[in-house]
Amino acid sequence: MTDQSRFFDEMTGGQDRPRQPYGPYDEWFCGENLKDLRKKSAEAESFFRRTGITFNVYGAAEADERLIPFDIVPRIISAREWSKLTKGIEQRVRAINAFLYDIYHRQEILRAGRVPRELIDKNEAFLPQMIGVSPPGGVYTHIVGTDLVRTGEDQFYVLEDNARTPSGVSYMLENRETMLQMFPELFSRIKVQPVGTYPASLRRSLAACSPQACDGDCTVAVLTPGIHNSAYFEHAFLADQMGVELVEGNDLRVVDGRIAMRTTEGYKAIDVLYRRVDDDFLDPLNFNPDSMLGVPGIMDVYRAGGITIANAPGTGISDDKAIYSYMPDIVEFYTGEKAILQNVPTHRCSEPEALKYVLDNLAELVVKEVHGSGGYGMLVGPAASKREIEEFRAKLTARPSNYIAQPTLALSTCPILTSKGLAPRHVDLRPYVLMSPEQITMTPGGLTRVALKEGSLVVNSSQGGGTKDTWVLEE
Amino acid sequence: MLGKTAGGLFWLFRYLERSENSARLIETGFRIALTRPSGSDDEWQSVLQTAAVDQLYATKYDEIDQAQAIDFLLRDKDNPSSVLSAIANARQNARLTRTALTREVWEAINDAYMGLKETLSRPVPPKHLPEVLNQIRQHSAQVRGAMHGTMLRNDIFDFCRLGTFLERADNTARILDVKYYVLLPSVTQIGSSLDNVQWETILRSVAGARSYRWLTQGEITPRGIAEFLIFDGRMPRSLRFAARKIKSNLSYLEENYGTRHACHDQVDVLEARLRHGTIDDVFDEGLHEFLTEIMNDLGHLGGQIEQDYRFLG
Repeated sequence: MTDQSRFFDEMTGGQDRPRQPYGPYDEWFCGENLKDLRKKSAEAESFFRRTGITFNVYGAAEADERLIPFDIVPRIISAREWSKLTKGIEQRVRAINAFLYDIYHRQEILRAGRVPRELIDKNEAFLPQMIGVSPPGGVYTHIVGTDLVRTGEDQFYVLEDNARTPSGVSYMLENRETMLQMFPELFSRIKVQPVGTYPASLRRSLAACSPQACDGDCTVAVLTPGIHNSAYFEHAFLADQMGVELVEGNDLRVVDGRIAMRTTEGYKAIDVLYRRVDDDFLDPLNFNPDSMLGVPGIMDVYRAGGITIANAPGTGISDDKAIYSYMPDIVEFYTGEKAILQNVPTHRCSEPEALKYVLDNLAELVVKEVHGSGGYGMLVGPAASKREIEEFRAKLTARPSNYIAQPTLALSTCPILTSKGLAPRHVDLRPYVLMSPEQITMTPGGLTRVALKEGSLVVNSSQGGGTKDTWVLEE
Repeated sequence: MLGKTAGGLFWLFRYLERSENSARLIETGFRIALTRPSGSDDEWQSVLQTAAVDQLYATKYDEIDQAQAIDFLLRDKDNPSSVLSAIANARQNARLTRTALTREVWEAINDAYMGLKETLSRPVPPKHLPEVLNQIRQHSAQVRGAMHGTMLRNDIFDFCRLGTFLERADNTARILDVKYYVLLPSVTQIGSSLDNVQWETILRSVAGARSYRWLTQGEITPRGIAEFLIFDGRMPRSLRFAARKIKSNLSYLEENYGTRHACHDQVDVLEARLRHGTIDDVFDEGLHEFLTEIMNDLGHLGGQIEQDYRFLG
């Protein structure tokens, strides 16, 4: 059993009464009965199934579409808390963008010795093809999904920056849609800031980065790896909500120095391509030659100003877990300010002293692969068996530079609805940030992921996590 | 619109139409088996033939048996025209063209898939068959209703309709062709009554028994049935009706895009032939020859549409 008092609970804060942002919700909740709410909860699932909000699981043949479990208790954030987060994330995204420009141009930060050169030079996420390329409007990271965790009333940490192709935004939108349908009365009692404007903002933000070659109206399209991709639903959803075409590599080709899509009336040029395909698969001529998902020659068109690719290729160098530990320096270097949001203290196992510390304290630490994602290839020390720890020790010793380690954070909890009523579970938060040449906007809300298993700290949907609607209250 | 999307919509509605046709064929075969126990296995042979899956069936089973035939037509994954395969293919195409469909249409298709996948996850015993067939019909009606009620009348709609009517015309022609021997004047004299079972099969397969009775005051002749299914412009499953629809949807596309393609010339010829033709000409030419030509024309037209609107590349 875990001792729950170690963790900050966002509803109660460890007290007998709800914290202020949860007050009105608590009042409403007390007037409801558990049986009805459980019924609503089941309805929510059939709602998600009907609308087809599913994700594909790799390697699972028959049941290849699954639902991410949805919990009907909202995660509530006050306007004041939100505004602090907004400032911190804006600062960070601005710094990341400046870092990317610098790293692909003069590399001042390396010259200044603030980030070690070998971390860039030997990094697979660094794309030499991007050296000297200036993306349209100066924007590298059009969409960022910053992962945040909370450990106390005022302690938020950035866990990951996700500056490549962050996913999950469709859940932010559909979770709200579901809540609006199921609990309309709640929304008339409690004023929640809307999230539904996201697709329109996304389209506007993308169109604001049109390339030189664009003449007049900006044509935006979403590039998906295809129907078997785990996030296909989201790709289709976003294209639909923005009112733009959803294309695959085989719909596209280079025509007169532009990337054009095959329409019923012939080939039509695309100005901005919101790609949900990884860098490596984007262009078989310039990257992985075996890729069937991308467009041969798109990088050449891109460098010549024929198309905007969002996010720009090569942004992975900024959200790499090894670079992450330098983020406080990066923020300071480019903005001249101290970072508003904290980084999780990170031990770089490439450094001998850090490695020794990590090996001595494996049972207390979280160890992650530098390039891993999705909660795979990581060790959560306190939750691991002796054998798992020893197995990981061997991997770590063999390739220390492939790992970083962090203290196990005391992730905050939010209540979920169980058969016995409310029960606390650990959560994280991914807000979505849009960057255009004029501004950075953050949709008030985001994706709250919740570890449904009691005591579990892993919130990834591929590892038994669920989601919640995230409410940012009006002032 | 993307060529791929146009192709996806076209096939989505072809498969939906096909699932409905397969269900109707099962219903017909089953009904005949009930009313006429002896010789019903012959009927299943002709049902399989009409669904153009008799050869596929023969690779799997040595003899024709009602339970097997029903299972094969209803839920066999190896049979691309089984109700379950057709619905699964329709939904796969709907996922591909998700951005072109309204939420209502997508949900109706997704509902149909989820409902039927569950219902057809195990063999359907005869006592549940009517209920299951009814469920299939209701799902089709829901998709069609959502489509008519919520979709814009634009190129998206046109490609959906083209899929529906090409599949339907092909199906009607095939039903007539499989049964053409009972309709031939040489076998049954003009004006004489047909074998009750045979005409029932044909009319039920196209959901036309009731309409036919009303239009002809109950007089059932081979000539009358052939004329009804080929030339009656009021009958929504007749060849003339389907050709007229294909032509009008193609001409909307021509108008909308401002481009005339080879498919427009092809459909003009086909439609004119069905508009001006008479049943006497058909019987003079030979019903089987006529139907073979029509099916070939439909096949070519489908291929030409695919090419003209760049479904594949």
